[in-house]
Amino acid sequence: MTLKRLAGYGPAFVLAVAILLIWQLIVKGHLITATILPPPTAIVQALLDNWDVLSVHTLQTTMETVLGLGIATILGVVLAILLDLSPWIRRAVYPLLITSQTIPMVALAPLLIIWFGLDLSPKIIVVALYCFFPIAVAFADGLASTDPELMKLMQSMKATRWQALWLVRLPGAMPSFFSGLRIAATYSVTGAIVGEYVAAQQGLGIYMELAARSNVVVLVFAAIVVTAVLSLLLFGLVSLLERIALPWHQSQISKR
Amino acid sequence: MDDTQTDTPVAPVAQHARLSVEGVTKIYRSGKRTVEALSPVDLSVAPGEFVSLIGPSGCGKSTLFNIIAGVDTPTAGSLLLDGKLTNTNERAGKVGYMPQQPLLLPWRTVEENVMLGLDVRRVPRKEAQQQASALLKRFGLLEFANSYPADLSGGMRQRIALLRTVLFNSSFLLLDEPFGALDALTRFTLQMWLQDLWQSFHSSVIFITHDVREAILLSDRIYVLSARPASVLRTIEVDLPRPRRQEDLAQPQALRLEQELLSLLVKEQPL
Repeated sequence: MTLKRLAGYGPAFVLAVAILLIWQLIVKGHLITATILPPPTAIVQALLDNWDVLSVHTLQTTMETVLGLGIATILGVVLAILLDLSPWIRRAVYPLLITSQTIPMVALAPLLIIWFGLDLSPKIIVVALYCFFPIAVAFADGLASTDPELMKLMQSMKATRWQALWLVRLPGAMPSFFSGLRIAATYSVTGAIVGEYVAAQQGLGIYMELAARSNVVVLVFAAIVVTAVLSLLLFGLVSLLERIALPWHQSQISKR
Repeated sequence: MDDTQTDTPVAPVAQHARLSVEGVTKIYRSGKRTVEALSPVDLSVAPGEFVSLIGPSGCGKSTLFNIIAGVDTPTAGSLLLDGKLTNTNERAGKVGYMPQQPLLLPWRTVEENVMLGLDVRRVPRKEAQQQASALLKRFGLLEFANSYPADLSGGMRQRIALLRTVLFNSSFLLLDEPFGALDALTRFTLQMWLQDLWQSFHSSVIFITHDVREAILLSDRIYVLSARPASVLRTIEVDLPRPRRQEDLAQPQALRLEQELLSLLVKEQPL
């Protein structure tokens, strides 16, 4: 089972290695100057050499991301349940929710820094604003897609609204919730970096910005690698949580 | 005509019928159109009686079940439980209703699914668990107690759904075509299983089916319903000895009933 899953990543691994190899050859063949596009080996070297500085920034970004994602999860779940409570609330809130997503975060981030200062909170807010939407929408859809026959069954048992929600609809919407959370997790690191890019004392975003401004391309790439790894780790963590929380869902998927 | 049949469209209402349905109609309105699902339906179920409803598909049998189960409100007519007039709200929670699909919750184990009704009633967890596992043991399903529904066969899921219904309310069961989607052999096993279950709980049962032989095999009485809007065409008593076996369907009396039912239903079948 585990071997099979690992084998599933085989093609992606081969493709990635091939791209890196071509990249390395292009730069080594002097088709592009190494100061403009550093070769993968140089990026790894820079990453290792600067890890003591980079790790501090990584820790900062990780903290903002995790806190922001946590707040987004709570916000998303509460919002989804509110949307579900009555069609009136849904009709009132849903359009505003979608409009909120049209605001470019790059424009909002400086305002948040004016309002909340240079410390952690504006970054956490940016992450939360990025992430609550996919969670709220996926979870609300999950709640709305409860089998009406199942609701009839609950009604015949004289279940209250809250019992139907607690016993049937919430657990039934958990797979949708986790789909939303997975998407949110992949967005979250980017959110923190956008926040830091505008103004920050620490973090991968400000590190990238300073490196780019001093024309040290290789360090920008090193920070990008850390960002990607961080995003993948978060994605993996959410998938792991889902496996632990919904063991029944796995066996159902593998049967299909 | 022999003494196993009555040709009256309305059965005599017993003094203490478990359920009696009197002149119940249902009309759905959507915009300017109205759809009549039930024209006046009268039927009754005595305590411990097994009654089948048979009729063409889409004739409104499920609507009638929803009304009896307190999920839907009739347009007119009255329903009496144990001789007492009830409204929709009072009927909810009074019967064990089993829909066509087993509707097991995939995140609950078999045992947890069986105890769903007790959770709704707020029976303490431990007590509910004891009752569920006792029931599973009694019907030979204890080894599946910790399995998830996805790991079970179709026939097994129906058994679990039936036990869930029984644990919620064993005295009065509404079974909506529970074996409709099963293959013939599984179906037969489950019919016998249901007969055992019914006899050990002395339940009153209303059973919807399309299958004439199934109705004869299981029922004390069969109501033949007309095409939509449904009304009772005929009531047929099945006087075969109990417990019944598949072979009993080959008896002349059973064959005669089968022919009679089929000829009635063929006339009602929409082209």
